[in-house]
Amino acid sequence: MKLGLVIDLDVCVGCHACTVSCKQWNTSGATGPLTDLKPYDEDPQGVWFNRIRHFEVGDSPNSKTVNMPMSCMHCEQADCVDVCPTGASYKRVEDGIVLIDQDKCMGCNYCSWACPYGARELDRDTGTMKKCTLCIDRIYDENLEEIDRQPSCVITCPSNARHFGDFDDPESNVSTLVRQRGGHQLMPELGYSPTNHYLPPRIMKPMPTAEAKPGSLISSVKKWVNQSVSR
Amino acid sequence: MSTVPKFEDPDKQSVKYSTCYMCACRCGIKVTVEDKKIRYIEGNRDHPVNKGVLCAKGNAGIMKQNSPAKLTTPLLRKKGSKRGDGEYEAISMGQALDILTARLRNIRETDPKKLAYFTGRDQMQALTGLWASQFGTINWASHGGFCSVNMAAAGLYTTGFSFWEFGDPDWDLTKYFMMWGVADDHASNPIKIGLEKLKSRGAKFVSINPTRTGYQAIADEWIGITPGTDMQFALSMVHVLLKHEQFDWEFLIRYTNSAYLTVNTPGQKGDGLFLRDDDGNPLVWDMEQEKAVNGKLPDINPALFYEGEANGKPVRSAMVIFADTYLDDKYSPENSAEITGIPADTIERLALEMAHVAFKETIEIEQEWTDYAGRKHDKFIGRPVSMHAMRGVSAHSNGFQACRAIHFVQILLGSVDCPGGHLAKPPFPKPIPPPLKPCKTTKPNTPLTSPPLGFPTCPEDLVIDDDGKPLRIDKAFSWDAPLSNHGLMHMVITNAYNGDPYPIDTLMMFMANMSWNSTMNTSQVRKMLSARDEETGEHKIPFIVVSDAYHSEITNFADLIIPDTTYLERYDTISMLDRPISEPHMAGDAIRQPILETNRDVMSWQEVQIEVGSRLGFPVFTNKDGSRKYKGYEDFVTNWQAAPGIGLLAGWRLDEDGNETHLRGKPNPKQWERYKENGAFMQVPFTPERRYYRHANKDYLEWAKGNGWIGSSDQIVMELYSETLQKFNLAGQGLYDGPMPTEQHHKDRLTKYFTPLPEFYTPLEQTRIDEEEYPFHAINQRPMFMYHSWDSQNAWLRQIISQNFMYINREQAESMGIEDKSWVWVESHNGKIRVQVKHMEGCVKNTVWTWNAIAKQSGAWGLKKGSNEAKDAFLMNHLISELLPKKGDALDNVTNSDPITGQAAWYDLRVKIYPVENGETGAYPQFPDMKKMPGMEESPDILRYNAHEHPVRIHRSMDDVLKRGSVHDKKK
Repeated sequence: MKLGLVIDLDVCVGCHACTVSCKQWNTSGATGPLTDLKPYDEDPQGVWFNRIRHFEVGDSPNSKTVNMPMSCMHCEQADCVDVCPTGASYKRVEDGIVLIDQDKCMGCNYCSWACPYGARELDRDTGTMKKCTLCIDRIYDENLEEIDRQPSCVITCPSNARHFGDFDDPESNVSTLVRQRGGHQLMPELGYSPTNHYLPPRIMKPMPTAEAKPGSLISSVKKWVNQSVSR
Repeated sequence: MSTVPKFEDPDKQSVKYSTCYMCACRCGIKVTVEDKKIRYIEGNRDHPVNKGVLCAKGNAGIMKQNSPAKLTTPLLRKKGSKRGDGEYEAISMGQALDILTARLRNIRETDPKKLAYFTGRDQMQALTGLWASQFGTINWASHGGFCSVNMAAAGLYTTGFSFWEFGDPDWDLTKYFMMWGVADDHASNPIKIGLEKLKSRGAKFVSINPTRTGYQAIADEWIGITPGTDMQFALSMVHVLLKHEQFDWEFLIRYTNSAYLTVNTPGQKGDGLFLRDDDGNPLVWDMEQEKAVNGKLPDINPALFYEGEANGKPVRSAMVIFADTYLDDKYSPENSAEITGIPADTIERLALEMAHVAFKETIEIEQEWTDYAGRKHDKFIGRPVSMHAMRGVSAHSNGFQACRAIHFVQILLGSVDCPGGHLAKPPFPKPIPPPLKPCKTTKPNTPLTSPPLGFPTCPEDLVIDDDGKPLRIDKAFSWDAPLSNHGLMHMVITNAYNGDPYPIDTLMMFMANMSWNSTMNTSQVRKMLSARDEETGEHKIPFIVVSDAYHSEITNFADLIIPDTTYLERYDTISMLDRPISEPHMAGDAIRQPILETNRDVMSWQEVQIEVGSRLGFPVFTNKDGSRKYKGYEDFVTNWQAAPGIGLLAGWRLDEDGNETHLRGKPNPKQWERYKENGAFMQVPFTPERRYYRHANKDYLEWAKGNGWIGSSDQIVMELYSETLQKFNLAGQGLYDGPMPTEQHHKDRLTKYFTPLPEFYTPLEQTRIDEEEYPFHAINQRPMFMYHSWDSQNAWLRQIISQNFMYINREQAESMGIEDKSWVWVESHNGKIRVQVKHMEGCVKNTVWTWNAIAKQSGAWGLKKGSNEAKDAFLMNHLISELLPKKGDALDNVTNSDPITGQAAWYDLRVKIYPVENGETGAYPQFPDMKKMPGMEESPDILRYNAHEHPVRIHRSMDDVLKRGSVHDKKK
């Protein structure tokens, strides 16, 4: 299996439901807590597995606002794993999820330097690196209904912009979406072969407009002939 | 299947359902609790509003519950201390209730209107309104006057429903969706769910907004409009639709008053009112009978356009006036382009795109239904164009008429309550307007004879005395704002401070942060809250009571603080009598229930009202023998009936045989239990024949009447032409048989703004300042992860934003030498603030904007001194006056509001911007650090929230560490 996410940039409104839902689930999750430093003070900083970058493309008035959720891409060529001196970082054979063993991590930061996506965050309280687990503590939990065995960010997304599935299965929802909507990886040229894919915005074609009726372009009420309409 | 440890232990966990209250959207939640700690709050998948999803706010509920800003005990301001100094002593809840009851008893026994009771974003206006009525004060309202009353009022005076809680786009069938103005901050999850639906179907999404933020990011087309000109844009589209004869004749004739004959006698009494028969029925010109007939009758042939004589009077149909008004060149796209900032060809194209969808992509649903006259039809015709509008249109002084103009576009296209159009949500549509009149009189120890708020239809309904002076403390329903259906919360403190129209005794506020972001003119209002009479030394507002769960800025001004519970600790109803969870094709309501036990000396405001009302002997809370009727809130909800069979909760009531039934029935002692067993909500889906054209759908209207939603099953005729407004206009002209204003500015306002058909006018602030000196429009919006939330500066959400900036178009800023991230002064006629700017592309050049309510007073909300919210974030409120800009005329002391509805015109703000000198930084103005209240905990320096006492880890085996090679080894 090759588990990962598809994120639909056509409908992502940048609302942060996914990032906070992730925080909520994972602070009590497999690598929790997601410590918050100075939570009520200047410049609060906590550990987040998923962040949204907001930026604009193009100049006014033809600019476009883009919301870009980013979390661990669970890369095929995950250099973050290779650089780990303790073996804490690993990519699971059975499903491709990249994880960090909290009891082996010494917080050296090599992995975060190796990650081009900024997906890894050091918990300065525990001294360990933390990142998206694809909610490994949900997706295999048989006490949950099958529909709930998905990452928290996917379940909560109000605009259905996030999809979870197996990219090894060509008929899975994620494979189908990537095929149908021209899904792409982020910065594939770097060679990490990220598992997560992004769907580009749909392009709206110009649409027809109503035509003026013959003899119309009426400029005065007097020219109208009443239509007979029974009330 | 992978082998992973068992992370969660369901045996240690319990699950309860409730309703979210992180904002006002009323989403269903499923809460998992482990050993008294919240493990997870998720959306309730079965819930009609959010269908399982949950926004950022809802997901941050844990941090609200764990906020160090929670008040833990009732508090009394220390004797001799100043309001605002934050010197309080802890008292018991028993003492607090005794103090409150004694104070209120004295007011009620003498002059009940000396209690002003105003509430914030609460969802229990059915209860608070009942309480105020029973107390006997007319001085009650919620925050609607400050929020979006223009939307509600315009809808209720035009189509019988409005947006958000009142109606939704038909997300499943609409093919064209237009979103007007800053509209992100209502209906949080439903709009997101809906946008995805329509985008996945290829429907077009057009956004009309000065800024390209929020939902605008995914709009197929963004139209950067100049603030306050939405009315001109809408009426220009009306112009285009008329000019090209792209309107639904049948819809207009059957469902609106557009064919009604109006008396055409300018300068005389009765001009512009409907020609009526002896029974008061409005008349239309019947083309077959060639005479004026009762326009409400079926099977007549009304002339949409008629001008001539009828019953001996010169008349014209409303549609003649409509066409004359809007075909005028002043509404041509060319003339509208400069006003709105939208190119003429774009205005024309958008109108004709919508016309194409409405008339060429019509939907037909095969379904037999019966109209109001009993005639059968075999299908519902759908014009699949829909809209949403909210704050951006509403918060201007021309917002009421602007919103009416938006409804006009919908009505011309025939897209109201039809498949694919804009759909009503039960209990709407209501008669136009709802038949409730605001109460005028008060008497000691006596409940009001009608509700404090209502819907005037003529000057006789105003709440004024014989001299025309306001009777309410907020001057609602006076000549200043005749149709102020939601009151004017933003005027209460100023008017009470001035003793105008009279001094009050006690100001009681619930969930209303009126010394900070929920007021205009924050700096001055704070002074008024603590001001004393120079001669007597007494406070101008003698006693202030605040109920709040958190240490908000307003608590610091209270004499008595009654700490509220959190939304996870109390019972509550989201009632059909208030703002229920209904969706277009289902009626529903919901509850909150305690998920966690309280560990503080707090009491929900629901309970406080029942308790104090019972102590004061309100008739509704008292048995005939004088004994107390209800044990508490739960008991009250179960047993109180507003009318036979109708209570706060409509689910699981009892029929005559004692069987459980929904919508109407006798009280059921097991009602709360049933809600708890059923996901905390009730829903009754509509049968297919009742789903559309509900204003004229006999099955629906009769069913709605039976449910108590409407008092009559008569057709609800949409008011394209507003005779109500014309009556006020005539009063302004001195041509009305009834109350008329005596002051010239009132007369001028009535004749100018109370036009029966909207006529564009410039927002008032602009007309009273030098536009060249203050060249920018300045508007507020809230980010999606905070909008419509009001308490607990949330430890997680503040990590997303803790400082707001003043956003300005990059090119514009560069032309003024204002650098990105630099500090500037922003100044209005009312004051100035120092803020940090950010450049952006997606903002029109004549407008600056910011995120509202990020700024906090230092020390409030559990924030430490030096937090970004206090140091660098700012409120625009300081710049916005609650009164019109001074010009030395009679309007100087008139509210800065929509002259029709009293809606606070806080989006009318105009500013100038200039760089700071001497490298100053930091937000200005600053306020003193707020002290912690007795009983509050220290705010932690670190949070390690984990619901599990013994978290389960996942480990990599040493075997794997040693044997696995590089991830690159797999490369082929």
